[in-house]
Amino acid sequence: MLGFVARKLLHLLPVLLAVSLLTFLIASLLPGDLAYVILGDQATPDKVAALRHDMGLDQPIWWRYLGWLVQVLQGDFGRSFRTGQTVLQAVAERLPVSFELMLLAELGALVIGIPLAIACAVRAGSPFDRLVTGSAFGMLSVPAFLSAILLIYFFAVELRWLPATGFVPFSEDPLGNLRCFVLPALTLALGEWPVLMRVLRSDMIATLQEDYIAMARAKGLKPSRILLVHALKPSSLTLVTVTGINIGRLMGGTVIVESIFALPGIGRLLLGSIYTRDLIILQGVVLCVASGYVLINFIVDMLYAVLDPRIRHGHA
Amino acid sequence: MATLELELAEEIVASPARRTRRLGMLFWAAIGWTVFVVAVAILAPVLPLPSPTDMDMLERRAPISALHWLGTDALGRDELARVAYGARISLTVGLFAPVIGLTIGGALGMLAGYFRGRFESFVVGSMDVLLAFPPLILALAVTAYLGQSVLNLTCILGVLGIPAFMRVARASTLTLARREFVIAAEALGATHARILIRELLPNVALPLLAFFLLGVAVTIVVEGALSFLGLGVPPPISSWGSMIGEGRESLEVAPMLAFVPAIAMFLTVLSFNLVGDTLRALTDPRQGAL
Amino acid sequence: MSGPALLSIEDVVVELPTPRGNLRAVDHVDLSMAAGQALGIVGESGCGKTMLSRAILQLLPKKARLSGRVMFDGQDLVRLNPEALRKLRARGIAVVFQDPMTSLNPVLTIGTQLIETLQEHLGLDAAAARRRSAELLAAVGIPAPGQRLDQYPHQLSGGMRQRVAIAIALCCEPKLLIADEPTTALDVTIQAQILDLLAREQRRRHMAMILITHDLGVVAGRTDEVAVMYAGRVVERAPTRNLFKHMQMPYTAALLAAIPKLDAAPHTPLAAIPGRPPDPTRPLKGCSFAPRCRHVGEQCLREKPALTPADNQGHCYACFHPLEIAAGVST
Repeated sequence: MLGFVARKLLHLLPVLLAVSLLTFLIASLLPGDLAYVILGDQATPDKVAALRHDMGLDQPIWWRYLGWLVQVLQGDFGRSFRTGQTVLQAVAERLPVSFELMLLAELGALVIGIPLAIACAVRAGSPFDRLVTGSAFGMLSVPAFLSAILLIYFFAVELRWLPATGFVPFSEDPLGNLRCFVLPALTLALGEWPVLMRVLRSDMIATLQEDYIAMARAKGLKPSRILLVHALKPSSLTLVTVTGINIGRLMGGTVIVESIFALPGIGRLLLGSIYTRDLIILQGVVLCVASGYVLINFIVDMLYAVLDPRIRHGHA
Repeated sequence: MATLELELAEEIVASPARRTRRLGMLFWAAIGWTVFVVAVAILAPVLPLPSPTDMDMLERRAPISALHWLGTDALGRDELARVAYGARISLTVGLFAPVIGLTIGGALGMLAGYFRGRFESFVVGSMDVLLAFPPLILALAVTAYLGQSVLNLTCILGVLGIPAFMRVARASTLTLARREFVIAAEALGATHARILIRELLPNVALPLLAFFLLGVAVTIVVEGALSFLGLGVPPPISSWGSMIGEGRESLEVAPMLAFVPAIAMFLTVLSFNLVGDTLRALTDPRQGAL
Repeated sequence: MSGPALLSIEDVVVELPTPRGNLRAVDHVDLSMAAGQALGIVGESGCGKTMLSRAILQLLPKKARLSGRVMFDGQDLVRLNPEALRKLRARGIAVVFQDPMTSLNPVLTIGTQLIETLQEHLGLDAAAARRRSAELLAAVGIPAPGQRLDQYPHQLSGGMRQRVAIAIALCCEPKLLIADEPTTALDVTIQAQILDLLAREQRRRHMAMILITHDLGVVAGRTDEVAVMYAGRVVERAPTRNLFKHMQMPYTAALLAAIPKLDAAPHTPLAAIPGRPPDPTRPLKGCSFAPRCRHVGEQCLREKPALTPADNQGHCYACFHPLEIAAGVST
């Protein structure tokens, strides 16, 4: 087991390194100059040259990369020249909001997907099943921003039940905070539930044909117990792993939703840095998010191994 | 609650083949819509439509009328014309970006699956790095640095698709490269190039085509999302995504401005998904039987 | 052993629609057994014995069509409402399936699978159910029962798993136990142990038992009565002793002859029955065994023989050319 973890870590490090390199390169291939951007309309050739020298921008690129990397490894991701905040401070502020959104979205997807999957599996092939499966397929063709528009129109504009934008911190007002997350989380959940539903449904259909389900019926157990204990548990493996992978994927999806619903998360930080050309923040956030993505995939890989011992003893 | 009633496995096992027949009507409807939309996109300039850029300040957010079949937008421009011209942009990016992924990714995948060894490890490793970035964020970051244009957008979305096509091509090639007909060709002294092009490519092409169609659907969505945020196609060029973004401002007054391009996009994405998925269901089991 | 019938199967027909046609798995079967009686049902694969057991248990596949009556303890199970049927299980009728690897849930502990049945039907609390479960495991011959309760099925050997399945079946003191090929999936060395366990428990609890198998040797000495099935019908039925001593059906004789004998000379060829059972989607007009029977005659091809009594001790057979065979059988 330790050998497996070590092997995976070894694979992980070059990827992280390459990610940092790619991020840095993108930042450095600027048409137009960081110094110009910072100085704005105060730029004169002398000032630009001086600032460039100060910031070390006239050094060769590989030297700058190493310097940046060393800084990063020491925890210094840089400082926004607009707000004065360090990247890490900015990220730490926004991360909980994005996390809350991701968790609520995944929860919503499970709440929608699991009961539908069970209901479809029990009635496999029926008109109900076909309707739900068809809707799931159709739902996959509705991108997040479309769902968002629809939800905003119905719930915020027409019915006025929920706010279209705005954010209240949890510490201030838990209920208000959750209210702000309903529409955004629902938007993302609508995009995620089809995958979860399909996976669980197909696993459950297979499980329901097993002998031990017939045995459970023969023992005269309640149908609810047979479904929820005997059938659901063995069918959950794929669901759990897919949920784990999804949470990682959602990190990209939150950008749109945070922007539409004005939630102060990582995604909006990123967008903001693009709009204001705050390139240091942009570079730092991309690095954070990409590294987080890689780490989450790594954890999911570990989880696979824990759940299925055959994987530990490796196929290459 | 009634006792459990279980269907026999037969119905489920039979469904892949039956699904194609059941999707028969839906499948052809999807093809029909796709052809229609592509035709409208190509023929837009010659169709008898009002100009999509003419602003009529007196007729802003007008409802459906004989003059404007779908009304007008916030600046008085004809909505129908805008949707038709928006199709041009959305479909241009949507169709050409996956082509990049298909050619480069497909080639890399086939070569990796065929030659194996260090080359394969290198290719797979680099794709892993690319996949390490959440796609939307990478697209945003790159367009931020390189500037917005239809060309840039197409290129970056194309590049983002390369790993996925690489995987499909590699997986197909791995299963095929060990089959008898390849070994036979080798024994007959065929060169690598000949084997790749004559033996493997025709068999890999089918799953790649199915995946391409799915890729078109995904690309239209991603471009739509970026344009929705104003970070995709540069204004004043508008795709469906930017139209939806603009329509958002008028949700209270004229929701149709957002819904019309939204419906167009949904139907198009759905059609590509349907056709691609059907093709994938057809090609996958056949691969096993080869 | 006779008395009022505990289980009475009356003119049961089970049909399954398949793409190739209507499959008649059970073809007008009548059977009855009294409380405390052990009945063996013997036949080749595909003769309908498993479908018959599923018909009794009311666990047929959804597409199956059943006609006839299955009277258990005075109630017609076919027409019973689902909730009443569910309550009848485990306490009325219990079952042991063929393969314990697939009939036990792999992700639940042995204890859970026992305790849930006890709690459902006997209303025991958790502690009492756990105690009772340990007792049951000990009774079926599993050492260290307390530990086993927390183990998973894959941690036990095949024979032990089947013992667990038997413990589960017996836990609510059923009136009827159906054992469907309980040893077919087990090692030969374990088979006798499991069968003896079943027979012993059956006698001890005065429980009715149906033992389903393809091996005539299994029912000898462990059952009171035997019914031989072929192509969905009961073709011979008799008290076990009588069956072996005065076999009437050529098919039964062939079944017996097909059993390899321990005391036969080495390299004695196995007396297999030539041919194959008929395609159940295309039933024959005459006797189903006719194509393979050595004693086949004109009438056999035209009519299906009905079950007729051979004597007044309950021995019936369905044949136009019965035999009188005295077979020496080593049990």
